[in-house]
Amino acid sequence: MASWSEAQDHRRAGVWTGILVLAILVAGVGSFVIAKYKWWLQPLASVQGRVIDQYFNWILLVTAIAFIATHLFLAAALMRYGARGGERASYWHEHLGAELTWTIVPGVAFIALGILGVFTWSKLYSAPPPNAQVVEVTGRQFFWYVRYPGADGRFARTDPKFVSQSNPLGLDPGDPAVKTNLVVLNELHMVNNRPIEVRVRSVDVIHSFFLPNFRVKQDAVPGRTIPIWFTPDKEGTYQIACAQLCGTGHYTMRGNVTVESQAAFDQWLQQQAAH
Amino acid sequence: MATATAPATPHEAHAAHPPESFIRHYIFSLDHKMIGKQYYFVTLFMALVGGGLAMLVRAHLAAPERGLLDPGTYLAAATMHGTVMIFFFLTTILTGFFGNFLIPLMIGAGDMAFPFLNMLSFWTFVPSVLILLASFFVPGGPAGNGWTSYAPLSALPQASPGSGLGQTLWLVAILILMTSSLFGGLNFLTTIINMRARGLSMGRLPLTIWGIFFTAILALLSFPVLMAALVMLLLDRTAGTSFFVPAGVLIGGNVVPHSGGEALLWQHLFWFFGHPEVYILILGPMGIVSDIISTFSRKPIFGYTAMVLSMAAIGFLSFLVWGHHMFVSGMNPILGATFTISTMIIAIPSAIKTFNWLTTLWQGRIQFSTALLYAVAFVSLFVTGGLSGIFLAASPVDLYFHDTYFVVAHFHFVMASAALFAIFAGTYYWFPKIFGRMMNETLGKIHFVLTFIGIYGTFFPMHFLGTHGMSRRLYTPSTYPFLASVQPLDVFISASAFMLGAAQLIFVYNFFNSALRGPKAEPNPWHANTLEWTAESPPPHGNWPEPPVVYRWPYDYGVPGAADDYLPQTVPGSPALAGHAGRAGDGHGAGDGHAGGGS
Ligand code: HEM
Ligand SMILES: [Cu+2]
Ligand SMILES: [Cu+2]
Repeated sequence: MASWSEAQDHRRAGVWTGILVLAILVAGVGSFVIAKYKWWLQPLASVQGRVIDQYFNWILLVTAIAFIATHLFLAAALMRYGARGGERASYWHEHLGAELTWTIVPGVAFIALGILGVFTWSKLYSAPPPNAQVVEVTGRQFFWYVRYPGADGRFARTDPKFVSQSNPLGLDPGDPAVKTNLVVLNELHMVNNRPIEVRVRSVDVIHSFFLPNFRVKQDAVPGRTIPIWFTPDKEGTYQIACAQLCGTGHYTMRGNVTVESQAAFDQWLQQQAAH
Repeated sequence: MATATAPATPHEAHAAHPPESFIRHYIFSLDHKMIGKQYYFVTLFMALVGGGLAMLVRAHLAAPERGLLDPGTYLAAATMHGTVMIFFFLTTILTGFFGNFLIPLMIGAGDMAFPFLNMLSFWTFVPSVLILLASFFVPGGPAGNGWTSYAPLSALPQASPGSGLGQTLWLVAILILMTSSLFGGLNFLTTIINMRARGLSMGRLPLTIWGIFFTAILALLSFPVLMAALVMLLLDRTAGTSFFVPAGVLIGGNVVPHSGGEALLWQHLFWFFGHPEVYILILGPMGIVSDIISTFSRKPIFGYTAMVLSMAAIGFLSFLVWGHHMFVSGMNPILGATFTISTMIIAIPSAIKTFNWLTTLWQGRIQFSTALLYAVAFVSLFVTGGLSGIFLAASPVDLYFHDTYFVVAHFHFVMASAALFAIFAGTYYWFPKIFGRMMNETLGKIHFVLTFIGIYGTFFPMHFLGTHGMSRRLYTPSTYPFLASVQPLDVFISASAFMLGAAQLIFVYNFFNSALRGPKAEPNPWHANTLEWTAESPPPHGNWPEPPVVYRWPYDYGVPGAADDYLPQTVPGSPALAGHAGRAGDGHGAGDGHAGGGS
């Protein structure tokens, strides 16, 4: 009959297990430090993104403290309290003060983070400023179509029955706004420091319009047009990714983003219209 | 794999029960222990299938440019991996095995309330497995739209190669599985409420049983919602309805003949089920781990009442947070704020549980069995996974992280890793009771160290894929130039995953070898208090010749003045022990004695 011997000395096992937990702690924290240099958040290029990144840093601070504290506690318990011979554990199992402490301390921390989140969120989802540039982005397996309204600022009506090779979004040819609307494949241009409202839609399945550098993500849902807005503040070229599985070509669904001066933007728009 | 040949159960035909035919005993068994074992073998097989698919996915991602899989196969492998692991392994082993095997034994009952329904639940589960496995062989292959199967991609067979017949079979398989789980859940609740041994008040239930109890409630409330959604999606696919397909959807340049549906409806229904589901996968493990930590610390669980109440709170709140999966879906932004707060609140009971486990270890006399190692590693994994959850609960930060590998890291820590570790802990712990033999502890410890390091090596770096903005379900990440720099991480992750996968072979060997040839086990090898250890190992049909009578709660370890450092629940209270906050000797129905206060 095999049994679990009570009189065994478990201190050595405790030390080794504690060391294993400490190794995880060191590797965990260490890899975060390395990742900060190599694989951190994509370089920031929007005003709104700054608030998000600050909030991210707050959460990182709180969670890092919790991660380190709990693992130290765990390692200490394992290393100190390995069973030795027939010695008894101490007998206690309730302590109101202790329980209140670890209800209230994390409670306050998490709820504070939650409230900070609600404020941040409401900043992101306010009405767009009146001077915002407006574009429409449409997901379609596996492309992003970007539509610029032209000087009159109007988007022509769309209807699936008009869809053809040359009219991928099905713009209504009877709508006068069609003449000034410009549809470009996978190229989103925006003006530096000018707010931009993007109306996100899809003509087939759900895609997700993801601009990592601008901390923007919005699902493109068929049957809906969902407006979001933000302000790019760093010139350069960036990428649009698709974050929602939309079929086998999902991984190829990408586009470019260019943030440039108003003059460069106007010039680019004219060039496109000339094509 | 043989599913019904349970080894080493020589004296199962107990005097009270006439010997049974082979079919009655091993196949259409009404005995909760045999049904539990049947579940264990089938789900272990499914874990190997799911693990094999994960290895395929990782082999591809280690060098995507070599194109080991084509894009359709890759998505099918990832989809089926998630589906198999969540539905056909974790959910089913926790209820089907742990629920069935442990409930009657831990509450002192001879069997489940409805043994026939119990058998039916297993034999309803089997066809769902067969249908899911069959989908690998149908034209077009298995479903490939992610384990969440978002509509309308999953609703329109022409939308993608992964949306064909395989998707239909996926829906049917899960629908049948849910039916089977409901049979089980009803049985669990009835049994726990009605069939407890004399003296076993609810306040004296082991936390494992509390965990399963809340799991069953969550399942009964959330599975029907998913079942309704599955039927609706099935109708959209086959009968021309359009619950989930709005007007004017174009596939391949043609307008599909649906109109009037709402794509987000699927997500609401799915996640109204899906969030409670993730707690279905963790409440049972929380209970298991609590019991194991207390047993091997030789110390009472700290804060029993808080442990039960926090499980109840988690269970209740889990129905109020589904929207945190939908921050970027296009639902009203006001809801985003609401779901942020409700999700932050659900983190509080989780923190309470964590500190209670740590405090239980503190000043214990810890015995480092393999089961204990898995249980404490569970705490580490749960902390790591829970903390990444805070980032995702914060809606503005989730804008960046949603559908990236940060999420993959998060859920693999909390459900895949933590739940898996509790399953290992429970297996090493109850193995002597299941098979009447001991597992090999040395192999167990090697298995543990490799698995623990392998899990962290596999899933921790996924956080950094996420911080770098890498979407999940990407066949070739480098099609996005900004992701070119993550390839070394992917290689590292794949290497860790292969080690992790290989380590599981040690477990499989140890499991079968010990079940057949392990040293014989005593009835109570760990000197634990709960009722199952008062039965023989393995217990005969009917479990006890006489139903046990309970005199105390399950956590009387290290009671000063007692002869041994453990007092099984069946030991009558003695006056010498009654002094301790009135806990040890308070006789019948006195679980309330643990309700709080300092000591
Ligand atoms: C050997 C260990 C495992 C490895 C190496 C592994 C690997 C992976 C990988 C690479 C993905 C991402 C697929 C993608 O999105 O492209 C994934 C997704 C997933 N895994 Fe695991 N996994 C493991 C264990 C588990 C377990 C035990 C579960 C059970 C909960 C699980 C559940 C999931 C789910 C639900 C997904 C999402 C599937 C999807 O995105 O479609 N995994 N896993
Ligand atoms: Cu996509
Ligand atoms: Cu959730």
